Amino acid sequence: MIKITINGKPVEVEKGTTIYQAAKKVNINIPVLCYMELEDMGVKHNPGGCRVCVVEVEGAANLMPSCVTKCWDGMVVKTSSPRVLNARKTVVELILSDHPFDCLVCAKNGTCDLQKMAQDLGIREIHYQGEQSTYREDTSPAIIREMDKCINCRRCETMCNDVQTVGALSGINRGFEAVVAPAFEQNLEHSPCTYCGQCVAVCPTGALTEVDHSNHVLRALADPKKKVVVQTAPAVRAALGEEFGMEAGSLVTGKMVSALRELGFDYVFDTDFAADLTIMEEGTELLNRLNKHLSGDKEVKLPILTSCCPGWVSFFEHHFPEMTDIPSTARSPQQMFGSIAKNYFAETIATEREDLVVVSIMPCVAKKYERSREEFSVNGDSDVNYSITTRELAHLIKQSNMDFHSLEDKNFDSPLGESTGAGVIFGTTGGVIEAATRSAYEMHTGKHLDKVDFEELRGMEGIREASVDFDGQEIKIGIAHGLGNARKLLEDIKAGKSDFHAIEIMACPGGCIGGGGQPLHHGNSEILKKRQKAIYQEDAGKKIRKSHENPFIQNLYKDYLGEPGGEKSHELLHTKYFDRKKRWIKK
Amino acid sequence: MSSVKVEIHQEDVDKIQEIAKSYNNDPEALINALHATQDHFGYLPAEIQEIVAEEMNVSSAKVYGVVTFYSYFTMTPKGRYPISICTGTACYVRGAETVLDEFKRQLELEVGETSENGKYSINCLRCVGACGLAPVVMVGDKTYGRVSPDGVKDIIAEYEDAE
Repeated sequence: MIKITINGKPVEVEKGTTIYQAAKKVNINIPVLCYMELEDMGVKHNPGGCRVCVVEVEGAANLMPSCVTKCWDGMVVKTSSPRVLNARKTVVELILSDHPFDCLVCAKNGTCDLQKMAQDLGIREIHYQGEQSTYREDTSPAIIREMDKCINCRRCETMCNDVQTVGALSGINRGFEAVVAPAFEQNLEHSPCTYCGQCVAVCPTGALTEVDHSNHVLRALADPKKKVVVQTAPAVRAALGEEFGMEAGSLVTGKMVSALRELGFDYVFDTDFAADLTIMEEGTELLNRLNKHLSGDKEVKLPILTSCCPGWVSFFEHHFPEMTDIPSTARSPQQMFGSIAKNYFAETIATEREDLVVVSIMPCVAKKYERSREEFSVNGDSDVNYSITTRELAHLIKQSNMDFHSLEDKNFDSPLGESTGAGVIFGTTGGVIEAATRSAYEMHTGKHLDKVDFEELRGMEGIREASVDFDGQEIKIGIAHGLGNARKLLEDIKAGKSDFHAIEIMACPGGCIGGGGQPLHHGNSEILKKRQKAIYQEDAGKKIRKSHENPFIQNLYKDYLGEPGGEKSHELLHTKYFDRKKRWIKK
Repeated sequence: MSSVKVEIHQEDVDKIQEIAKSYNNDPEALINALHATQDHFGYLPAEIQEIVAEEMNVSSAKVYGVVTFYSYFTMTPKGRYPISICTGTACYVRGAETVLDEFKRQLELEVGETSENGKYSINCLRCVGACGLAPVVMVGDKTYGRVSPDGVKDIIAEYEDAE
């Protein structure tokens, strides 16, 4: 152990600890900009580039960056001496001297780390004038890059390459020209980007933001000719409250429904309904493949992979195109909902599909891309017209002057708002496969499942394995969240080393609760755990907790769809995948 | 950095695979592999970088990042008579920049560019170890010492009739 003194406080730390970490131990908060630590994901990003975290070390001629300087025995540190504060101000002024001054109209206004830094340091004047970087705006279906706002912290690069192993972004050029960009400075749309949004989630400025659809939504709500339907993903209710100062993990389902009604949506429905539908289709597909496999069919592909997560779908289309026959063909709950709303529900309320506007509230940035995929539209009209994130919904509520805290709890509308506990847990890692297991068990064994909680499938470890006993038949299940972890499982399958029957994959760490569209958690995994707890709490409070027991789902099959996996289901609820890998030689 | 569109043939892929294999397809050896690839092809167009990325198990973005960081790497083919002006300290203080400007003016090229007929290209380099001859210019393997802006015309004239 090493003994050091920070601002007069003695601290004892292990060898190798940085000054920044040591200070944190005694609640001394040194400001940082480029630094990022996501402890539970084992991610540490400290390029030591921004110099905002400099501190004074007794005996050292220069100020030292606390995020990369390791402690030595007897070190005496001052983190806020006049010299430090002056230097820090200078550093931030220099960063600001090459930063656009459009904070008032910037998407990150109010949530920007650089803005907060300038505010905290009381910067009122920029003493440095000079050339400013310019960069074209790059707009994709889900993410906007405005790299003139980039401060080169490179956090996005770490998320894209180390955590997600997507490899869409890299630092390019040098000196003043340096910027983070896709290969050959192509637009994001022409890169292997999956739109998982983890780069957006960690960007300290407005350089990376989601494409904002909220104005389109407001316009649709104001159009008297349109009937506007909204669906809300399970993870939204477990995080939306944070945008209004509530404790992480506060469940705000009822208030959210209330707010959506006040915003003027004609029908407030639940994506959880479609999650139950997903289980019917995906579960049926799983059992079909499993039964064939067990009866000796060598052709059948196992494991079956879940297909709810659009970031994950893009990932295998780009990186593992030779394996596109392994994932389930079931559409994601967002798209199943869109399809049922535009076909079945529009018919029920005698409305043309073009006059029915379907909006989704998602914890996700990739859902914006998913909704824009061509196969999910009819004559140019998308099944889901607009997808907005949890953060965008919070903006809509704020601009409508609602006092979120005092909103009454209301219930979803029927029938597409009725769901089971199985639909709710889709919002967390392990949830989809647990929901599938609850139904598949009963369908496979014909027996009643008394205990629906499969604790062995729950948790936060990046890769988890579990076995479930299907009345004497062992079913091996794998779970991965974060695309880097997914890649490991896929490599195993490719190498023939995998003996799983089913695998659940979510692109974002934590699953949808940690989605790129959620309130920013700044890498604090305690927040994710609290959101996860809220999801299980909602599940436990539901009267029905198995998807196939949802009476509204049963009716939908009886009146409209026929059998799970049947012809109509295939037409409306299933999809196909594409090889998106770039190849330079045509074979 | 702009790139030239090129058509890739199977033998090009074979060559890159051979280079990558000689570095055990190890991502850590990316820079070495890029050097070897550029030595072979003369430059590193986007298509070649994509194949290097695949073979060296890194992303294309990463490869492009390395190529744009180091001035040694180029995405445009050099001219048949590549002109390199040393802008190292000794050459610089003895007027290398005025020599460089004169080449740029006469050939109507910027640094890093290649003339349309593929004959000339202009690049800067840092110190060739002949500081006594500063400012130094190289055309291909041939070295010219104590070059003045007035002498640029004569150097170019030497290559005017060549193919």
